[in-house]
Amino acid sequence: MSSDSEKPSADVKPEEKTSSPPPKKPEEKSVDLPAFEKGISDKIIEKFGDKVEVAFVKQDRVGINVDRDNVHDVAEFIRDELNYDHVESVSGVDYPQDKEIEVVYHIGSYTDSSLASQILVLSTRAQREENPIPGNDATKLPTLRDIFYSVEFHEREVFEMFGVYFEGHPDNRRLLLPEDWADLPPLRKDFAIKGR
Amino acid sequence: MTSELPPGLALQKVDERIMTLNVGPQHPGSGHMRIVVQIDGDYIVACDPDPGYVHRGEEKMAEYRNYILNIPHLERPVIHDSCNVLYPYVLGVEEIVGIEVPERAKYVRVIASELNRCIYTMYWLAIYGIFLGHSTMFMWPAGDRELLIDLMEKMTGARVTHAHFVPGGVRNDLPPNFEDVCLRQVNYFEKRIKEYAAVFYDNPILISRTRDTGVLSRQDAIRLGTTGSVLRASGVDYDLRIKEPYDVYDELDVHTNVMTEGDSYARSRVPWLDMIESCNIIRQALQKMPKSGSVRTKLKPNPKGKGLDSVYKRVESGRGSLGCYIVSDGKTEPYRLKMSVGSFRNLIALPYLLKGEKLGNMPSVYWSLNYWPVEADR
Repeated sequence: MSSDSEKPSADVKPEEKTSSPPPKKPEEKSVDLPAFEKGISDKIIEKFGDKVEVAFVKQDRVGINVDRDNVHDVAEFIRDELNYDHVESVSGVDYPQDKEIEVVYHIGSYTDSSLASQILVLSTRAQREENPIPGNDATKLPTLRDIFYSVEFHEREVFEMFGVYFEGHPDNRRLLLPEDWADLPPLRKDFAIKGR
Repeated sequence: MTSELPPGLALQKVDERIMTLNVGPQHPGSGHMRIVVQIDGDYIVACDPDPGYVHRGEEKMAEYRNYILNIPHLERPVIHDSCNVLYPYVLGVEEIVGIEVPERAKYVRVIASELNRCIYTMYWLAIYGIFLGHSTMFMWPAGDRELLIDLMEKMTGARVTHAHFVPGGVRNDLPPNFEDVCLRQVNYFEKRIKEYAAVFYDNPILISRTRDTGVLSRQDAIRLGTTGSVLRASGVDYDLRIKEPYDVYDELDVHTNVMTEGDSYARSRVPWLDMIESCNIIRQALQKMPKSGSVRTKLKPNPKGKGLDSVYKRVESGRGSLGCYIVSDGKTEPYRLKMSVGSFRNLIALPYLLKGEKLGNMPSVYWSLNYWPVEADR
């Protein structure tokens, strides 16, 4: 793959490319949104107002974008008021074009049976460094481990694979990569597979 | 001193009483992973799982291959459960590309996925048996799963890595007369695994080794975000085949098996009960399946997404919920693919469960987590 294709078309409209906040805009669908999922996103909007942005509302999935300063508060609200109780997956997504790395939490609930099929997709963005020094550069986010205990290993994986340091995480060691790995964090887009 | 070390490296303090022991990665009892246990006499005081010895970079590879080329390598994490590993990816691609699946293909998928669940669980049961010193429980499941492997070979042409699910359906239709053979073999299989109760699950030695070891309470199972049989053995009734039915599971009568003890015995019994339930599901699916019709909606060459899009699909695999998060940017390759696998999610419970246990109980606790190292590493 050539280096051009590593750049994502994160923005659909070209004129929006200059604005750095999350590029995903809520889709202007006047067609019937799922009512239950709409209710969840409305509760979050009602509490936080402009600090959060609804990325999408689909069947069983609600997407919320939030900046790094508010992600801790929003996660606490989600746990305490909306009854979500565990994180299924934490994924990093690298956007070199936006100079940002997105971290996406998929949050579910075992205890509330009305939320059994629901996944709340909470995404936040960290600043991306061109020459990363994992742990010692500006690519940092507050950890959610004190809110959702289940993120512990997931956040360790995101740290080694993307170089996003989670401040306040008690154990930021490597998990899957070898201890002596000295290259770029491998899931960043500028780490290329040999021969491709 | 520690502050001078780069993050990711740490110095360990040595205590007079505490001995550090590396179990694995070459030790057969740990699978392809290392467990660093610290023991005081015979008791484990701390445990640090160290996965990653079979990390293959599946997620990175997926960014370089188009949606169809990703199929064969994404099933590699768990080759015994290859249909279930591929299932959420295929469901996600179908949503991204926007393609409908024929009714008959959905039933074929359910049958294949339940057969695979049994094949995986039998393999796991064989390992669980041999590490508890029960050689019969190694031989019987290893032999009996051949029945189902033969069925899968008839259905897909391959014994283990099938690559059978494709976006839009399944690769091939069922061979002629498959329904009868399948029904006969599944009935025999069910009769056979019910005999395991007498030799294994009611065995006083097994019970004495697994009862009340590694107890995970209901609250902790939820807090740690465990999934699958680990969760259901701790009394949480959560199975995605019921809670978020995909394909035709909502038309079938599916029951879950929940136990409340939360110990190693319950965690080892739930997958076995699930296999009996799988036999029920297969029989229902064979009965309700349309007898003829297409099994695959043809895709255009090089399918691609409709722009910036993301889906998160999940299915119930042999090791619990298996999620696949696909970010598409409108190209023929996924922009980012993340697999959230049950083994990785259950691993967090291991240090928690082993603390305070005897070292000799480690195999029974570790293997009862239904942990598959290759899947956790991806």
